[in-house]
Amino acid sequence: MYSSRLARLSSRRLWLVNHSARRFQSTEPPPAGGHSPSIATSSYLRTTRDAALHVPGLRWVDADNSRLEDVAAGRETRKMNVYQAVRDAMSVAMTKDDTAVVFGEDVAFGGVFRCTMGLAEEFGRERVFNTPLTEQGIAGFGVGLASMGHTAIAEIQFADYIFPAFDQIVNEAAKHRFRSGGEFGVGTLTIRCPTMSVGHGGLYHSQSPEGFFMGASGLKIVIPRSPLQAKGLLLGSIRDPNPVIFMEPKILYRSAVEQVPVDDYELPLGKAEHLTRGNDLTLLTWGTPIYHCETALHMLETPPESIAKHVPTSMRSAKVELIDLRTILPWDVDAIEESVRRTGRLVIVHEAGRTGGVGGEIAAEIQKRCFLKLNAPVKRVTGWDTPVPMQYEKFYIPDALRILDAVVETLAY
Amino acid sequence: MASLARLRPRLPRRFPIGVRSLQTSADTTILTEDASHSKPFTVTLHEDSFRAYKTDVPSLDVEVSKDELLGMYKTMQTMRRMEMAADTLYKQKLIRGFCHLAIGQEAVSVGLEAGITSEDRVITAYRCHPFAVLRGGTIKGVIGELLGRQCGMSNGKGGSMHIFTKSFFGGNGIVGAQVPLGAGIAFAQKYMNQSAATYAMYGDGASNQGQVFEAFNMAKLWDLPCVFVCENNKYGMGTSAERSSSNTEYFTRGDKIPGIQANGMDIIAVKKAVQHTRDWVTSGKGPILLEFVTYRYGGHSMSDPGTTYRTREEIQRMRSTQDPIRGLQRYIEEWGLASEEDLKKFDKEAKAEVDAAVEEAKASPFPLEKDLWSDIYYKGTEPPSMRGRESEEVHYY
Repeated sequence: MYSSRLARLSSRRLWLVNHSARRFQSTEPPPAGGHSPSIATSSYLRTTRDAALHVPGLRWVDADNSRLEDVAAGRETRKMNVYQAVRDAMSVAMTKDDTAVVFGEDVAFGGVFRCTMGLAEEFGRERVFNTPLTEQGIAGFGVGLASMGHTAIAEIQFADYIFPAFDQIVNEAAKHRFRSGGEFGVGTLTIRCPTMSVGHGGLYHSQSPEGFFMGASGLKIVIPRSPLQAKGLLLGSIRDPNPVIFMEPKILYRSAVEQVPVDDYELPLGKAEHLTRGNDLTLLTWGTPIYHCETALHMLETPPESIAKHVPTSMRSAKVELIDLRTILPWDVDAIEESVRRTGRLVIVHEAGRTGGVGGEIAAEIQKRCFLKLNAPVKRVTGWDTPVPMQYEKFYIPDALRILDAVVETLAY
Repeated sequence: MASLARLRPRLPRRFPIGVRSLQTSADTTILTEDASHSKPFTVTLHEDSFRAYKTDVPSLDVEVSKDELLGMYKTMQTMRRMEMAADTLYKQKLIRGFCHLAIGQEAVSVGLEAGITSEDRVITAYRCHPFAVLRGGTIKGVIGELLGRQCGMSNGKGGSMHIFTKSFFGGNGIVGAQVPLGAGIAFAQKYMNQSAATYAMYGDGASNQGQVFEAFNMAKLWDLPCVFVCENNKYGMGTSAERSSSNTEYFTRGDKIPGIQANGMDIIAVKKAVQHTRDWVTSGKGPILLEFVTYRYGGHSMSDPGTTYRTREEIQRMRSTQDPIRGLQRYIEEWGLASEEDLKKFDKEAKAEVDAAVEEAKASPFPLEKDLWSDIYYKGTEPPSMRGRESEEVHYY
């Protein structure tokens, strides 16, 4: 009941914004912080040195990690955004591994998102080089290079451009180990690509193609949410002995800023991370929507006056467990199952469209595992089953209001 | 349709008038020195054994030795026996799935191996069985893989197109997909300053795949030590080269990359072309294309009888006049290196070796059930569990 009201509100809001957009045809570019005001102030970003040095699951590469307190002492952190953290990770990887090379379209000049700024100057043009505009060629070249045991860090300029390379990734990279009976593998291959919406990317610059790779066993897919996560997960991906597609939410490149340890560290692949704990509902997402979820949870607790009547007072104290999936394939099914067994409710949020999206797979598996524990159907908040539209991208992506709507509906079921 | 067919020009001439065409006889090489002793001697190839594009043709003089030629003969014969054994096993329904045989193309695989070293790397398409054996595998390993047994080179999990050794990056089932991999492999060799070459092989059918040209461009851009080998057996599946390719001179399709076309039926010409291209790429001149004009006697795969798109007479003519093994046999006999009886002995040995390997492979068990879940992810980095064949079956790592 609440949901239908909120949904109506949501569509009304669409209508209003639509009109205001028409009124200001010559609008300014989106603010530097992106369209999500919460990113700049997110409590999930670690703004102090101490917080950045004590991260769950963090493993210092140069130390015995048995006593985290001891090994964190005396280490430095630096304020970085995501593209700086990604660059830092590649710099660390190349410093420690002479066979590591970085290649892709325009990476020698820093890349379109500046993720490789200065790497060519630091490591030489023979280790950081531009490729032709040839995604299938880049992926195939990377598979060949990695099958020689070299560390290949390839960049596909946008995740939207990964489709010409689909065959090489799914049929060559993912299956290499299995089809050679374990004799060969391309575990040293990592393919980086910017993903998710940017607010004005439209059809070919705002897609989230992670779902297309879900059936490619042998492959890993990692999506970080923040600078600290990006560095640790990218180093983990580069060194993981399986081919990894590392998708970087492009709107976070500049807008997410936090303290990042300067030293070499890794975060574990295949492990989800709890951002909040609770027993009433599990909210699962990855990448950019983390911050929309944060906003939604804030709105649930203290709804703005305009929507307060749609959020029952009894729900405002609900304890929602927000989980960042981080690794999309293979996904941390045990952590999600454990959480849903406690909460009995699951809402999944992702930017890709619903049909064939990752959420469907998770929903099916969790419904099978937790069927008798569920108090409500698994709810998915996703992009619409349309191409990502240029003009209405804002309404394509699942924003805080739609997430709040789904949480309220699921809690009220 | 009939009128359209009349309107269409006849199949284009293979070569413009006035240009001499490549000859593909298997037995036109001439002895120029005494070969009655064990020392190496020089032979001269037919003057039309090679054609070149943006480079010079290789020298026609080739140094060979008695032992080498006898070894080539025996190896070619063994490879053919192995492929024939696979044919039989397939027809007995012991080999299932896909199976592409290289009968008729033995001079390419055996000649290639004769011209390269263990430092060089080879990657090819699905017609891969001989390469796998020559690059360090075994007949038992190949047949075992085709049969899907544990003794197979990929533990019985890959099958016909998925056989690897340390220096052989496999058969590859996706048409053309191995070519950019070859560029990547060659890049690693160059990066490590190795004086070695990568032979990235594909067929006349795959030559029209977009990624083949992507790989050409990258290889030339970065001057990678890669030899792109087009094994032109004149038919991509059931479509002849002339019907699929606007330019059937595959050695000229590299734009700025030079190319050599070589007689792929005379193993001595193959060896020479391989040595020549190896010297080219390892001396820092960048990639080169190498087209072997050859012929497959069988169909594209086991499900293709191979006679619907070409005449039986054509196949019979190739078999009787240009067979690579018969050609080498003629050299050996004419040059007095061995008698017909000696060669018959080799034939028997080849058959016995293959028969023994087949029996051993057949005795090998099928892969264990748990192998369904092994080698998907690197050991120790798997997800906690993976689903099995039915809803209740789950494998826990």
